[in-house]
Amino acid sequence: MSRKRGWKNRLFPVLGTAAAAVFAVLFLAPIVLTFTNSLMSPSEIAANYGAVFATSDTGGKVFVSRSVTLKFIPDMVTFSQYFTVLVKSPEYLFKFWNSVIYVVPIVVFQLAVAAFAAYGFARHTGRVKQVIFFSYIILMLMPYQVTLVPNFLVSRYLHILDTRWAIWLPGIFSPFAVYLLTKFMRRIPVSVIEAAQIDGAGEWMIFSRICLPLCKGGIASIAILVFIDYWNMVEQPLILLSDEEMHPLSVFLSKINAGEISLAFAVAVIYMVPPLLIFLYGEDYLVEGISFQGGVKT
Amino acid sequence: MRIRKGGKRTRYQRLAGWGFLTPSIVGVLLFFVAPFFVVAYYSLINNVIQRKFVGFDNFARVLKNNAFRLAALNTLKFSAIAVPLAVVLSLLLAMVLLSRIPYKSQFRSFFLSPLMVPVASVVLIWQILFNYNGLVNSITGALFHLDKVDWLKSPHAQVAIIALFLWKNLGYNMILFMAALSSVPEDLIEVARLEGATEFQIFRIVKLRYLSSTALFVTIMSLINSFKVFREIYLMTGDYPYDSLYMLQHFMNNTFQSLDYQRLSSAAIIMSAVMIVIIGVLFLAEDRFGRDVDNV
Repeated sequence: MSRKRGWKNRLFPVLGTAAAAVFAVLFLAPIVLTFTNSLMSPSEIAANYGAVFATSDTGGKVFVSRSVTLKFIPDMVTFSQYFTVLVKSPEYLFKFWNSVIYVVPIVVFQLAVAAFAAYGFARHTGRVKQVIFFSYIILMLMPYQVTLVPNFLVSRYLHILDTRWAIWLPGIFSPFAVYLLTKFMRRIPVSVIEAAQIDGAGEWMIFSRICLPLCKGGIASIAILVFIDYWNMVEQPLILLSDEEMHPLSVFLSKINAGEISLAFAVAVIYMVPPLLIFLYGEDYLVEGISFQGGVKT
Repeated sequence: MRIRKGGKRTRYQRLAGWGFLTPSIVGVLLFFVAPFFVVAYYSLINNVIQRKFVGFDNFARVLKNNAFRLAALNTLKFSAIAVPLAVVLSLLLAMVLLSRIPYKSQFRSFFLSPLMVPVASVVLIWQILFNYNGLVNSITGALFHLDKVDWLKSPHAQVAIIALFLWKNLGYNMILFMAALSSVPEDLIEVARLEGATEFQIFRIVKLRYLSSTALFVTIMSLINSFKVFREIYLMTGDYPYDSLYMLQHFMNNTFQSLDYQRLSSAAIIMSAVMIVIIGVLFLAEDRFGRDVDNV
């Protein structure tokens, strides 16, 4: 190390920390704000943000200030919003439950289907399978603008439009988990499998007793990625479910009208709690899952 | 873990391999591939009752459609601005996190947390920030003496969405870059340093070479994610956004409502063709750049 870089060596960490701190504030502020605002009383919310959401039909009832002030700390902490959401008006919980009903089966069954398929792709290769795997990747990268049209046509043909199956089935067979889990399984050394074969293990045995346990971490990371993707879903219900009663909370939340902004904050917090809890316990899996996606090449 | 070349492979094993694949392949065929052929067929006929072939008329009709053009142009504009920002900023964040700063793992969690938060949950805050009387206007007014604008109802509406897009996606890209940066062999950097290379030279000559394939992957993923930004726009502005926020998915939704299958199908085919070109570029480029570096 030459001496002339000495001052730079001291300066860079300081600048880096400062930059990281600025970004951290920008990244966290919306989350923290949503949380603190959910603890404010309806009148406080109306006084702060009334001007944002005021529409001609609800404007008259509450005092609406002209200016908008962003407030981090509530004047008085109240849990009345949560009480209303959780006890008094069950429609929000009902939509929350809709979200759960859609997402949990999709995560479970997408991973189950993918576990089998990934084993098939990783263990036995051939020209045909390579072509199929390649088409899975292309399908995985297609945006909803493209995939929702085929989904809609099948759902109509099978008469499952406007039922939960229209959301479940395309989700369960989505190729994303197959792709990523195949990448995980290909890392299992051949020698491990061969040793098991010499000991007389059949295909099912190798799959269930060796490959699955070795891919536990991979399965956890994929489960997290699939969960956040579907917990956040908006496009599918808009097209496949015309009955708004069946919409998940992600869609319903944006429809809460101007008079209920204070409730909306509480609902927003309730909605982000499950993914944040998963993040708290599974951050390393999430990071591993994302790192593994680097390089689409098979 | 694949079976070694030349290794014995019994008929039973081959059958078992396909057996494991069957559920997934049947599902994908039924829900994605087979209906896609129907979509292709629909795009070539005049209507579902007469079923007369009209060649590329439907495509011409879509390409001439003003709403489609507006949506395509807006999507293009959005991607052209958002994608480079998403790549450069996330690379910077990754480098900052890998430099010698304290609280690294905390910072990583902070930068990643937006990825977990459903967009629907922060939409309220975004609406407040970008309101006519909101914080963003106060800041731009105080710093640059700019006039107040009602962001979401102005030609600059995309700025608010780009901010949300970056907020949500930077963490994901950052993790990809961090993985790539840590795969650069330490001894290579050490040698360069001993040879008297400056930090900038090390970055430009050594690290960037290792990064090229990841940078490309991040670019393509950001591009694909930028096509999904309808979600954010819909949650912020509903069914009828300001003109500058009218995206391709809005066009599709409206077409779904009118149930114009011909228009719907040809639009989907056009978009999938564009996507296939983009993905093709990704694969070709990975082939070219990937060869320089030992594959990890």
